[in-house]
Amino acid sequence: MRRRDLLGHVAAAAVLPLAGVARAQEPPAGAAVGAPELYDPFRVGRPRDRITDYENDPFIVGLESRMRCTCGCNLDVYTCRTTDFTCATSPAMHREVVQMVESGKTAQEVIDAFVARHGEMVLMAPKKEGFNLLGYFLPGAAIASVGAWLIWALTKRRTRVVTAEASDGVDVSGLVPEERAKLEAELSNLEL
Amino acid sequence: MTTLGQLGLWLALLIGAWGTFVGFYGGITGRAELIASARRATYALCGVLVVASIGLLVALLKHDFNVAYVAGYTSRDLPTVYILSAFYGGQAGSLLFWAVVLSIFGALAQWLTSRRYDHLLPHVAGVTSAVVLFFVIVTLFAANPFERLPFTPADGSGLNPQLQNPGMVIHPPMLYLGYISITIPFAFGVAALVSRRLDTGWLHAIRKWTIVSWLFLSIGITLGRWWAYVELGWGGYWAWDPVENASFLPWLTMTAFLHSVMIQEKRGMLKKWNMVLISLSFLLSIFGTFITRSGIISSVHSFAQSQVGYYFLGFLIFIILAMAALLWLRLPMLESEAHLESMVSREASFLFNNLILVGIAFSVFWGTMFPIISEIVRGTQVTVGPPFFNQVNIPLGILLLALTGIGPLIAWRKASVRNLQRQFAVPVASGGIAAAILTALGMGNFYAIATVSLGAFVTGTILQEFVRGVGARHRLHGEGYAQALARLVGRNRRRYGGYVVHLGIVIYFLAFTGQAFTVDLEASLNPGEVAEMRSPWGHTYAFTHIGVSQYDELNRLVSAASVEVARDGERVGIMKSEKRQHFTCSAPIEPCPRQMRQRSFEPSTEAGIRSDLREDVYIVFAGVVEGTEEAVYRFTLNPMVWWVWFGGFVLVVGGVVTLWPGTTIRTVGQDDTQGGYAAQLVEAKRA
Repeated sequence: MRRRDLLGHVAAAAVLPLAGVARAQEPPAGAAVGAPELYDPFRVGRPRDRITDYENDPFIVGLESRMRCTCGCNLDVYTCRTTDFTCATSPAMHREVVQMVESGKTAQEVIDAFVARHGEMVLMAPKKEGFNLLGYFLPGAAIASVGAWLIWALTKRRTRVVTAEASDGVDVSGLVPEERAKLEAELSNLEL
Repeated sequence: MTTLGQLGLWLALLIGAWGTFVGFYGGITGRAELIASARRATYALCGVLVVASIGLLVALLKHDFNVAYVAGYTSRDLPTVYILSAFYGGQAGSLLFWAVVLSIFGALAQWLTSRRYDHLLPHVAGVTSAVVLFFVIVTLFAANPFERLPFTPADGSGLNPQLQNPGMVIHPPMLYLGYISITIPFAFGVAALVSRRLDTGWLHAIRKWTIVSWLFLSIGITLGRWWAYVELGWGGYWAWDPVENASFLPWLTMTAFLHSVMIQEKRGMLKKWNMVLISLSFLLSIFGTFITRSGIISSVHSFAQSQVGYYFLGFLIFIILAMAALLWLRLPMLESEAHLESMVSREASFLFNNLILVGIAFSVFWGTMFPIISEIVRGTQVTVGPPFFNQVNIPLGILLLALTGIGPLIAWRKASVRNLQRQFAVPVASGGIAAAILTALGMGNFYAIATVSLGAFVTGTILQEFVRGVGARHRLHGEGYAQALARLVGRNRRRYGGYVVHLGIVIYFLAFTGQAFTVDLEASLNPGEVAEMRSPWGHTYAFTHIGVSQYDELNRLVSAASVEVARDGERVGIMKSEKRQHFTCSAPIEPCPRQMRQRSFEPSTEAGIRSDLREDVYIVFAGVVEGTEEAVYRFTLNPMVWWVWFGGFVLVVGGVVTLWPGTTIRTVGQDDTQGGYAAQLVEAKRA
């Protein structure tokens, strides 16, 4: 047996005897705490429900990832119910989602039902319609517009500058085609 | 000591007002005695605020629970390091922290700045004193950390358990240092505008300050990510929370400024833009503080809602109006000295890099504020969460990544076709090969393919620059490769440090891509039961629930669950995740007897994390099923997370290289007109 295996078994042996049966009642708020009970589910947090297939169902997880928990935690329902274990709102919302899915509702119907009850705020991102389109497309439109303006303004200015420079520079109009081609070839090779 | 602290604040109020007045008046009139007085005022301001801070620290360390702030954020059993971090852990203390650090930076700016910029320093003193004055006013009249209670509680409420983490000891100060230090470049910008000295002098004076600010912000954001990852228990490190966004905004504009400033230094262009950028960065640093403190937007990171938001709003409006007026007045003096000669030039590439950076900043700002805008316009509250930000920002980020590679390779002024061919052949081939491999491997995620192939492209550009530079030194000077590398970087730290920073950014992007492949599994397991899941890398993990233990620590009750982890049948080790319930003691007794413990704060989670180069195993213990030994877990396999921290490290190393003394300033000349070290050698060879 390798050393790390041995250590693992020793650690496991140390932890396993601590196993016991949960038996406790939730203490009243602000009451003294710390009764020495093993596996007291109220000691830290609250008791949990057994995990079923619904908790990991990609369809349900996907739906819950699109909806915000209404407890004020700023998390989506899935993240909240699997992270903020003091929150009772997201598990309740999860149960509702499961019930709706079990009753045959489509994803959109489930979402619509929650929006009807809680308002648009229950969605993790606004619907892509009406005024919200401004939210989605303004940044891209602003960047595209400024970019286009930049290209236009700089190209225009450059043309002006080049024209002005050309008018003050050497007159190349008298060059024969061979000379002009040679000049252009040299200019294209010139590393500026 | 708290009386002394209070006195220090009142003195700071007077000195700050005096420093603001004499700074600007002395700078405008040029009266030597006023200028000297302004300088002395910044030192005095620093001195009295340090005394005030010592007053608060002593109160914290001596458990003076009669002081409301001490009672609100500490307790007797809080470890000393967290007692010290409580100094900036609460609203009032963090405002004092802002004031004292800015006063120190203000004094350092006066002390360290070269005498060449003496004409700017009185105005700099005026600006820093004014900003410190604002924070002192808020501290004195809206959130005073020295306020006393009518009674003395036996113990304090303690520090929020989620803040009791080593990351939180250094993350907030780093972020604050980033926010606060932006004031110095901003002050120099204002000084240049007021004094009409709008040459590149002010840019040279602030170069180090700018990088320092950017570096602190980068470190602060990275540590914030780390804290969120290890402490919040949701398995991610960035949630586009308003407060996270608030820290990201000035980082983006400062990054844009660091690039565009090079164009002004080299070509005398973008003068107006640079003034706008530095003002915007300062405004966004104040905006971030406003967001965190006003309660205007709900966030898990916010301080309690209070009146300070109004102060910040007023200050923001004042700064916007003042800067708009100042820029308007000086507009004729901010004309470019040169014009863009080609759209295929480094200037143009930096310009578009700026456009994207500021565009991302705008989209983040817009998304953060959109719930408020929607409520005002439509009367409807909406949520703008990660789906929105990801949808808008991922394409922009990919575009930015491409520009990260393109910019440094294109020549200044105008790139020739030959230059483009020579510079881009290898990097484009690297990107193309990466894309081909990923497609052949069956990867179907477009963004992932784009990010990885662009990452390969940018890495190709960086390596090419280093290889060519080292090779050239080796050939021309006969130096060994290691020596050539050291000298290459040493001779142009800014440039090669910048490349290292770019490498850090590439690593970041690759690591962020990993988030698209995260897998989760919830399971309730009895001792001995196993949950299995498959990782994106194709490994099969088996998690065997060992058991739950419950015990007491210094200031908390703990429930801990242990899991044996195996990968592809090979035992990896035992991982533990905890749930903690912190308590305070109703009597000043140590250790606190059980009957005197009062629950404080909500229970918190300590995730079990095992990290390697490919993926993190992230285990969260949710609790036990009542009446059983069954533990409820969430198992998450997070690809590439280690690279987020490594990317942050590389970024910081690059920043430090850039910051290291010895960087020379050069204006554009023949040697600078061609992109890349090799191109300079071509010119040298011709000469």
